[in-house]
Amino acid sequence: MKTARFCGAMVAITLLAAACGDDSPSANPNEAPRVIGEGEKALNLIVWAGYAEDGSTSPDYDWVHPFQDKTGCIVKSKIAATSDEMFQLMSTGQYDGVSASGDSSVRLIDAGLVSPVNTSLIQNYADLSSFLKNQPYNTSGGKNYGIPHGWGANYLMWNSDVVTTAPDSWNVVFDKASPYKGKVTAYDAPIYIADAALYLKTAQPDLGIKDPYSLTQKQFDASVALLKDQHSIIGEYWNDYSKAASAFEQGSTVLGTTWQVIKNTAELAGSKNLQAVLPKEGATGWSDTWMVSSKAAHPNCMYMWMDYITSPDVQAQVAYYFGEAPANPKACADIATRYQDTTHCDVFKATDEAFAKSISFWATPRKKCLDGSGNDCVPFVDWIKAWTEIKG
Amino acid sequence: MLIFYVGSLASLFLTSLYRLNEDGSGIEKVIGLQNYKELAHNSVYLDITLRTLKIAVLVTLLDIVLALPIAFFMAKVVSPRFRRLLVAAVLVPLWASYLVKAFSWRAIIGSPGGVLDKTFGMSPNYGEIGLVIVLAYLWLPYMVVPIYAGLERLPDSLLDASSDLGAHFGFTFRKVVLPLLMPAIVAGSVFTFSLSLGDYIAVDLVGGNTQVIGSVVFDTFSADLPFAAAFAVVPVIIMVAYILGIRRTGALENL
Repeated sequence: MKTARFCGAMVAITLLAAACGDDSPSANPNEAPRVIGEGEKALNLIVWAGYAEDGSTSPDYDWVHPFQDKTGCIVKSKIAATSDEMFQLMSTGQYDGVSASGDSSVRLIDAGLVSPVNTSLIQNYADLSSFLKNQPYNTSGGKNYGIPHGWGANYLMWNSDVVTTAPDSWNVVFDKASPYKGKVTAYDAPIYIADAALYLKTAQPDLGIKDPYSLTQKQFDASVALLKDQHSIIGEYWNDYSKAASAFEQGSTVLGTTWQVIKNTAELAGSKNLQAVLPKEGATGWSDTWMVSSKAAHPNCMYMWMDYITSPDVQAQVAYYFGEAPANPKACADIATRYQDTTHCDVFKATDEAFAKSISFWATPRKKCLDGSGNDCVPFVDWIKAWTEIKG
Repeated sequence: MLIFYVGSLASLFLTSLYRLNEDGSGIEKVIGLQNYKELAHNSVYLDITLRTLKIAVLVTLLDIVLALPIAFFMAKVVSPRFRRLLVAAVLVPLWASYLVKAFSWRAIIGSPGGVLDKTFGMSPNYGEIGLVIVLAYLWLPYMVVPIYAGLERLPDSLLDASSDLGAHFGFTFRKVVLPLLMPAIVAGSVFTFSLSLGDYIAVDLVGGNTQVIGSVVFDTFSADLPFAAAFAVVPVIIMVAYILGIRRTGALENL
């Protein structure tokens, strides 16, 4: 009797799940819209920390409220710490858009979670740096799947009170005998394996690494081995930017990979001894894209947001706050007037196409090598497993 | 209630039998044991499981040691009015957000620059020891309350009788109080043990580079859901075994 009732309940649940599971998307998600309709009064975003500031971190940085006043779209933003988290959040279908980096954007396109974007609806699209358009990480099958937002590198940061010799190479974070043992940090995500591969590209040229995201098993194993050695000097890994900022601020971490926004956050909290540099081996980095969910409940507000965030004035604010190169070079003039900073775009080489090409932007490793070198590259699934092993 | 509870566990178990497709972009709903094989095959997962168990055991023992005198003092020593105040004091930390408490401990045990480091010049810093301390702090009320309840049920006359017969306090405690209190302690340990087994947030905040089952599940679930589900089944099995094991002690009636 008990069993029968239990089974009945299970059947009921299955039916319920089937009824709810069929959430047919509005309009055709494989077609980009022709016009932006009326705003839906709401917008749910998944963003990197610092991309949708509403004044709560610092009252000086607020570009969400002006957008809400202008469009009536009330923004709810959810900060994601890693690309994997972004992918996971997008697959819930509860968000309208995302600021995806290259190591999730392709996965999002492949999984059908994002829709093609009609770039002609974005007034500022024409002004964006041409080397960011029609790239493998935002375009697939000749269709654009997003609007470039900005780009930058992962820097090496140190506390100059403790680390008195300014480093210029990533070797300081891979040195097993580091004098800063226990106070070194690294980014806590499988994609960080590419940082080791990038270092080995110069440090061990006989491995023949060309692209840190297209690794043969041998190159991959060497990178993983390097990171296993590094594990002994790591105090803690970070993927939450505020945790990383507080660790640097307190001094429990004195050396490691960072984002400019972490340095800025720590400095807003009072740190005065942090330095960051782009080491001589080059760096991994990101080039971010605003993408529209294929299940977006508020697509019009999302288009309004994409147009807003790429306008020179807003690009200036977000690029200055986050510490990145704006996708829209017109923002440089706005940064100069708004923040009296004429060097920002030079520092981040915002219009330097050759420099942008030298950064190894995050990408999703696949079996079919991204750099076209063959079909024997280590796929991302193995990167994830290896990352667990590295941390032990 | 039961349906949702059992249903989610069933779906967890079912998911753990699926696998990721070739390019890792989706899940293939093919039943197989490959995730469990991988768990068994790669020694890193055994290490992580044993480490998680070790932490859970240490947290539980530390909580027992801390909770016994607190609960005894509350139940047998102080006046009834002061007792109510102490019960409230033990429960008050539960009202504060878990996250805030864990984050405050970051500021306390961090080294250098943490409160402990600045005050005493030494600190466990982020790592396994720090983690055990923080978890023991977080779950302490869950141990104090059952033991306190157990002591309240223990008649004072037994203590008096023992001391009238010449037993000193330590002897009375070992031979009279502890055996009668065992079910309450075991009941508390179910809480502290299972909460420690599943935690990943405090681990992330104060565990340094310590990896436990919860953190691996959290790190992998977005990219490889079936594998994360398989690893999440492990603590479920451990807890079921633990509860089956203690059913004989009668502790479950104290929950």
